[in-house]
Amino acid sequence: MSAASLPAAATTAEVALQPRRSALYAGNTGAVIHRGLLATRSTNYLVVLSGFFEPVFYLLSLGIGFGALVGTVQTSTGQEVPYAAFIAPALLAVSAMNGAVYDSTWNVFFKLNYSKLYQGMLTTSLGPLDVALGEIFLALLRGAMYALGFMVIMQAFGLNLAWTALLALPAVLLIAFGFASLGMAITSYMKTFQQIEWVTFIMLPMFLFSATFYQITVYPEAIQWVIQALPLWHGVELVRGLTTGALSPMMFVHVGYYLVMIAIGVVFTTSRLRALFLK
Amino acid sequence: MTALDQTQRPDAARAIAAGAAPRRWGSWYIAEHRIRAMKGYAGDAIFQSLGNPLIYLFALGVGLASLVPQGVGDVTYLQFVAPALMATAAMTVTANETSYPVMMGFKWNPIFFGMNASPITGAQIVNGMMIHIALRVIVTVSIYFGVIVLFGAVPSSWGWLAIGAATLTGMAIGVVIATYTSTITEDRGQMAMLQRFGITPLFLFSGTFFPLEQLPIFLQPIGWVSPLWHGTELGRVATYGLDEPVWLTVTHVGYLATLFVVGLWATRKHFTKRLNK
Amino acid sequence: MSTPVITASALTKTYGDFTAVDGIDFEVAPGESFGLLGPNGAGKSTTMRMVGAVSTRTSGSLSILGLDPNNHGPDIRSQLGVVPQQDNLDQELRVRDNLLVYGRYFGLPRAVVAERADALLEFAQLTDRKKAKVDDLSGGMKRRLTIARALINEPRILLLDEPTTGLDPQARHILWDRLFRLKEQGTTLVLTTHYMDEAEQLCDRLVVVDKGRIMAEGSPASLIREYSSREVLEVRFGSDKNAEAAERMAGVGERLEVLPDRILVYSENGEAALEAVTHLGLEPITSLVRRSSLEDVFLRLTGRSLIE
Ligand SMILES: Nc1ncnc2c1ncn2[C@@H]1O[C@H](COP(=O)(O)OP(=O)(O)OP(=O)(O)O)[C@@H](O)[C@H]1O
Ligand SMILES: [Mg+2]
Repeated sequence: MSAASLPAAATTAEVALQPRRSALYAGNTGAVIHRGLLATRSTNYLVVLSGFFEPVFYLLSLGIGFGALVGTVQTSTGQEVPYAAFIAPALLAVSAMNGAVYDSTWNVFFKLNYSKLYQGMLTTSLGPLDVALGEIFLALLRGAMYALGFMVIMQAFGLNLAWTALLALPAVLLIAFGFASLGMAITSYMKTFQQIEWVTFIMLPMFLFSATFYQITVYPEAIQWVIQALPLWHGVELVRGLTTGALSPMMFVHVGYYLVMIAIGVVFTTSRLRALFLK
Repeated sequence: MTALDQTQRPDAARAIAAGAAPRRWGSWYIAEHRIRAMKGYAGDAIFQSLGNPLIYLFALGVGLASLVPQGVGDVTYLQFVAPALMATAAMTVTANETSYPVMMGFKWNPIFFGMNASPITGAQIVNGMMIHIALRVIVTVSIYFGVIVLFGAVPSSWGWLAIGAATLTGMAIGVVIATYTSTITEDRGQMAMLQRFGITPLFLFSGTFFPLEQLPIFLQPIGWVSPLWHGTELGRVATYGLDEPVWLTVTHVGYLATLFVVGLWATRKHFTKRLNK
Repeated sequence: MSTPVITASALTKTYGDFTAVDGIDFEVAPGESFGLLGPNGAGKSTTMRMVGAVSTRTSGSLSILGLDPNNHGPDIRSQLGVVPQQDNLDQELRVRDNLLVYGRYFGLPRAVVAERADALLEFAQLTDRKKAKVDDLSGGMKRRLTIARALINEPRILLLDEPTTGLDPQARHILWDRLFRLKEQGTTLVLTTHYMDEAEQLCDRLVVVDKGRIMAEGSPASLIREYSSREVLEVRFGSDKNAEAAERMAGVGERLEVLPDRILVYSENGEAALEAVTHLGLEPITSLVRRSSLEDVFLRLTGRSLIE
């Protein structure tokens, strides 16, 4: 994308005043983050806090209620663990995915089309990349807080089976970053709320099938391949391996998967920024 | 205040005559409007109401069921969970339709004020929306029912009654949500709260995936007050003849019906009040 | 005067402690064109909503077509066309569908609604956009659609709350023309506006409201006669010198009005007033003599900086 394709709105004087200003990026993500934090502060703490409860509810319901029907289960590495310890890491990965996807689709879409927040931001010297990075950063910050909270709960319930559970935190951020960066690019194609509902709809099977609640070995091999091609499965396996302490070389594959996903997501989103913000 | 109505005046008589049809049929005009507004996404809605049961049944009825080979009570896990999923699907539809759309209609796309400037009353707007939602729920739930029959999860020939149970459940929950959302004047994340502290716990603690008795006793009351639990149990009575005392079955129906009536009344009141600025 | 279609007496609306409309009285005759003028927050829209039978009065009495809105809301509304200050079109529906569903709210048969919708689209110059999403229309187009929608039930009384805000001059004149024709056919018009030329053009009679009260009432011409002089002299000295000049000008003309950017001198003879000003040794940067207009009435009645 060349600067020449820009409307020649900025006079040379302005450019001189703002040397870092470019087509998409003003190097001022901080302002967006600052605004986001302020907005959080002046809105409802409970809302922010509530995000933390969702996986906890799942853990209570499925881990305890359903777990009583099940007893123990085997992980993919052959370890025999209580059902709650099996699903807890999966819930951690899922909530990272859900949070990131929600923030980069619904939230971005809403602010774009209804509350017109971004319109206001972009009439200043901020560029779309500042806004995008700021939003992703805020999403990750929230995600990190939730993950930390959930891990404390896991510890309290005795569901962290090894010290490597500590590494689950960066793993969760990796997962969230992967989904958030891709999610925003996808949002740039969305025109209506109904289309966003499709995103939710497509995430549903991924959520249910990715070895979250039971081993994927219950499915025929072909389906297993499909599941293993999808990102969430890698996230679940990675986090589960860390919290149960079953380290394996496969983990490099999982991490690699997310690194590639992030790279693609960032490039893709950047190329779609114009379509997303400067309609 | 004494009303000095001069109903005999020609223009007054004309107004009263013109007001007769909207007074009688107004709710249906609104329902028609909402259905027309669906035109843009009816295809998606149908696809999703078909896709959802397939995914859930495949995941829970096949996947999760593999962890519970012994089944629950006298039935397989699939049979146990199917009526719960059906009621949940009804709840999902009504929760969607009564959360953002209600808030939008007052705020970002303030169509309710437009409707109210015509002869339509606030109560009719609510009625009309509920008619539309009920139709959507019936379609969704019927499709769901068809799918679970195909999965072989409905042993009883009275199973189709579960369609009614699920619809009633959805509507009862819908009007309760609308009672709340119709009072929201400022978006401070209430929808997320509603989802996280309302819908999700209902889904998880209403005897959906496991009998309520599996939960620690302090969590069980969530189920007792949960319309979803009442609706799910009702559905189980219909689809596989869940063994429960008659008084309990009557309680399920009574509880859901009461919620619906009270919620509808309250929503209508809120709408009327809010439109009358 | 024949039996009024709208009668308000001591009409009052309060929001908590705040009184938005403070005991106003007015009548509107059938076929009349009645205007409400007043500064922001005067209570015009609130009055319009009460007349539109969507806002319950706090006290006083109100009768529309001989009916009390408290008992006959739907009946009254069946005879009204309403253009609210803020558009409330259905953005999820397409342009033409907006008209169709709205017509249905009045219980009109589908065929009738369809026919009227097409005619109204033509009037609103939106025929070629009839399949567009409302959201994609420009602000002025949305306004035109709202106006078209208000006519779908061929209303007896048309309530227009700042109808031409956002319209381009051409669309404005088309609307005025349409309103004249509706008036000829016996439709009663009640409108608010911040454009004084519009009020002069359209209103047979108007009231000036401020802080919920009626300050003056009459036809545009009679209001001008009563509250202003025949001519007005406008002089400018540059914004920082106006106040000083105004002090020295005391006594020139019948009355002075100091605005931020100019001074208005009310006088039967504007040229004579200008001579008097130059006689004082003042040299305005620009000067202009014109006839009095409603704007002067408005300033006199609601303006803050009056120097008698
Ligand atoms: N729903 C409400 N709740 C509280 N106060 C209100 C409400 N609606 C209007 N008001 C107040 O009543 C007063 C009159 O408002 P109204 O909208 O009638 O003014 P207006 O004359 O139409 O002004 P404008 O020219 O700006 O449209 C204002 O001070 C406004 O803040
Ligand atoms: Mg107003």
